[in-house]
Amino acid sequence: MNRVVQRTMIVPNMHLLELEAPQIASKIRPGQFVIVRPDEDGERVPLSVADWDKEKGTITIVFMEVGASTGKLASLKAGETVPTCVGPLGNATEIAPFGTVMLVAGCYGIGSIYPVARELKKQGNKVLAVIEGRSSFLLYWLDKFVGLTDRIFSITRDGSQGLKGHVSRLAEIINGLPSPPDRIIVNGCTYLMSHTSEITRSLGIPTVVNLNPIMIDGTGMCGVCRVTVTGKMKFACVDGPEFNGHEVDWKEFLARRKQYMDEEALPFRRSEPKPAIHKEGKCQA
Amino acid sequence: MSTEERSKKLDLNRNDMPRQSPEIRRHNFNEVALGYTQDLAMTEAKRCMQCKKPRCVSGCPVEIDIPGFISFVTQGDFASGIKRLKEKNCLPAVCGRVCPQESQCESQCILRNKGAEVAIGRIERFLADWEASAGAVEIPARPKSTGKKVAVVGSGPAGVTVAGDLIMLGHEVTIFEALHKAGGVLTYGIPEFRLPKRIVAREVDYVRKLGVNVVTDFVVGKTRTVDELLEEYDAMFIATGAGLPWFMNIPGESLNGVYSANEYLTRMNLMQGYKFPGSSTPVKKHARVAVVGGGNVAMDSARTALRMGAKEVHIIYRRSMDELPARHEEVENAEEEGVIFSVLTLPLQYIGDENGWLKEIECLKMELGEPDASGRRRPVEIKDSNFRTEFDALVCAIGNSPNPLIPATTAGLEVTRHGTIVADPETGKTTRDRIWAGGDIVTGAATVILAMGAGRKAARAMHEFLS
Ligand SMILES: Cc1cc2nc3c(=O)[nH]c(=O)nc-3n(C[C@H](O)[C@H](O)[C@H](O)COP(=O)(O)OP(=O)(O)OC[C@H]3O[C@@H](n4cnc5c(N)ncnc54)[C@H](O)[C@@H]3O)c2cc1C
Ligand SMILES: Cc1cc2nc3c(=O)[nH]c(=O)nc-3n(C[C@H](O)[C@H](O)[C@H](O)COP(=O)(O)OP(=O)(O)OC[C@H]3O[C@@H](n4cnc5c(N)ncnc54)[C@H](O)[C@@H]3O)c2cc1C
Ligand code: SF4
Ligand code: SF4
Ligand code: FES
Repeated sequence: MNRVVQRTMIVPNMHLLELEAPQIASKIRPGQFVIVRPDEDGERVPLSVADWDKEKGTITIVFMEVGASTGKLASLKAGETVPTCVGPLGNATEIAPFGTVMLVAGCYGIGSIYPVARELKKQGNKVLAVIEGRSSFLLYWLDKFVGLTDRIFSITRDGSQGLKGHVSRLAEIINGLPSPPDRIIVNGCTYLMSHTSEITRSLGIPTVVNLNPIMIDGTGMCGVCRVTVTGKMKFACVDGPEFNGHEVDWKEFLARRKQYMDEEALPFRRSEPKPAIHKEGKCQA
Repeated sequence: MSTEERSKKLDLNRNDMPRQSPEIRRHNFNEVALGYTQDLAMTEAKRCMQCKKPRCVSGCPVEIDIPGFISFVTQGDFASGIKRLKEKNCLPAVCGRVCPQESQCESQCILRNKGAEVAIGRIERFLADWEASAGAVEIPARPKSTGKKVAVVGSGPAGVTVAGDLIMLGHEVTIFEALHKAGGVLTYGIPEFRLPKRIVAREVDYVRKLGVNVVTDFVVGKTRTVDELLEEYDAMFIATGAGLPWFMNIPGESLNGVYSANEYLTRMNLMQGYKFPGSSTPVKKHARVAVVGGGNVAMDSARTALRMGAKEVHIIYRRSMDELPARHEEVENAEEEGVIFSVLTLPLQYIGDENGWLKEIECLKMELGEPDASGRRRPVEIKDSNFRTEFDALVCAIGNSPNPLIPATTAGLEVTRHGTIVADPETGKTTRDRIWAGGDIVTGAATVILAMGAGRKAARAMHEFLS
């Protein structure tokens, strides 16, 4: 049982959830996740941790309201509780003095990549951030990145901030740098991670993704989170969620994430109709 | 009762337990076997010869005084019967249902020669159910605390047994469980129609009432490591089971519609998917389901698929019907319900459609050759016998091995090359100070009663250490 300290909508459809979880807060590392159950009969929802406070004993999650379970999370109020918040799960993001690291983030990934930026900076890296979204009003936490990053680029689909278009414009950003980054780390929707990996493959830049497959237990017991990495079956919850983006079988990954699309769309499972933000497995935000 | 009297009464009519009829039960998740009435239980109990040297007892891994508890049933003294039973078995409602009695206690009964062994498991189940329905479950008083603290990792039958025993010896016990519900495989694996979850919940509730602290949502090795816990606890028992699913390493295993049995059963049981769309966990409707494997896990998956509305469910097994490792009773139940057994068949690859969904399975026919190391005749491939069949779902139930999480995060804890923790078979002591282990994590996937037995032995050894 974990108490909700606060739950606020930070930009349309994107929520911040701060939970009391002292054991997790004292142990968690950047890139790890927790599994939350919104209510007693609820699904087990895997969510990356975007921030934590050891002293206060809390963790902060940024999540997008996409379906029934995240819908339930979005209606939580301070003082209420969730029956499950288990973690920290998965392996931490590998962080070392790499040199120059470019972070590419969109959607909930802007939140989850924040602690990665913080740790990279602490270890003396030069940190560049590329923040991507549909429009300027959907970007958040940019102020938190200011002190941690040497430069922030943004890409918006409507051009209201930074470059106009898609993550496909990443190549231009990289080509405009004095020298390419030594490593790229991507957090966010599957589309962003797979496309970034495609772009950086041809540029030969090591690229790390933080995968978000469907999960149940998060401990390596069920195998639903399996992904194929260089032809080998891996369980993202225990072998990942971080993988080399150039080695992931993205076609299979995208197909597996869509497994329950029809069932999740059953109208009576939703408390109220939600705008279709994930269409065909792609993040439309 | 004199010998004479007894032989006069020799009764070879084993009393069947009433069951839901196959046509009805294949559409619902209610328990298949309905249980004995008092009369039936007493009639069955009276068949027991009350042997002076009861062979049945040697067939029970925890050596229950079988003639003892049965004798109370013949007298209608159920309260004494359950008490006698519980001296050796703290989970009789579970064991009475899922023990492979036909190869344990009942296999040794002297009436077996006459094809009419006493239905020991069914009487055991009757007593446990009687106790629960009579609301007669006694909570014994907790002994004076020794001040010693024990951590138990995993809440399956091994963990629950060790916890129950140690708390009654005066130690403080905390169980750490990774999932949100306690019970291990009994909760997430074995389906409702074979082991109703309220029974498992009742057993877990019982150890809670004894004073055991059950902490769910706590992954040892992640939330805290074994060594971190040992700073706070005097001793530890590891009972994390064998939960890592095997795949066959053949093409197409990551297609949509292909599940590990663990995923399939966890989705249905732990996550209540069998109630979908009434549950929050989504479940796919499948028309033609193949289940690969021949053990209890395969039978449970196949029968679950039927109940979820599949039109046709096949068990695909590479040996013959005689070698099926599942309990005989469950194979029979599955056959009655309409599961089709495609034996002597080996899957080669799974073929998907353009959207990544399973469409077809390619298999090879097998025949039985010479006996192998296990004494079973080895299945041999029949050349060029490949064939394809359409299926829209496949459940892989070929086995599980221990989850490596704890060994990987605990220095000095020796494991075998199968990933099982090395432990003394008599005491459960591992190669690490203050750590014991038991159940599937030590033996590899086995049975409920063996896991319980391991818990019991370890409790004794741990108590000795703590005293
Ligand atoms: C390691 C990991 C970290 C994640 N971190 C975050 C995060 O920080 N913030 C955030 O907003 N989201 C995160 N996700 C994704 C999040 O778990 C899903 O969005 C959520 O489960 C959807 O649940 P729902 O019932 O609201 O939506 P649904 O109606 O169930 O599904 C909507 C969409 O989400 C996909 N989905 C469904 N269930 C899951 C699942 N269990 N895991 C992944 N995808 C699923 C579906 O394919 C569908 O496209 C993460 C996922 C993983 C595996
Ligand atoms: C589908 C199925 C059907 C079966 N049918 C039968 C049957 O009919 N008869 C029979 O006798 N046996 C049957 N078995 C086998 C039997 O269930 C097992 O042998 C028995 O449950 C093993 O008990 P255990 O206590 O060792 O472990 P488990 O029951 O596996 O429990 C282990 C527990 O530890 C938890 N855990 C794991 N890792 C961690 C961690 N790091 N931190 C915290 N907790 C952790 C797990 O979540 C789990 O709850 C069946 C098994 C399955 C899967
Ligand atoms: S515990 Fe199992 S083996 Fe022992 S008597 Fe009961 S049913 Fe038989
Ligand atoms: S061997 Fe059979 S008849 Fe003899 S005591 Fe045991 S159950 Fe009764
Ligand atoms: S979520 Fe079950 S194995 Fe990864």
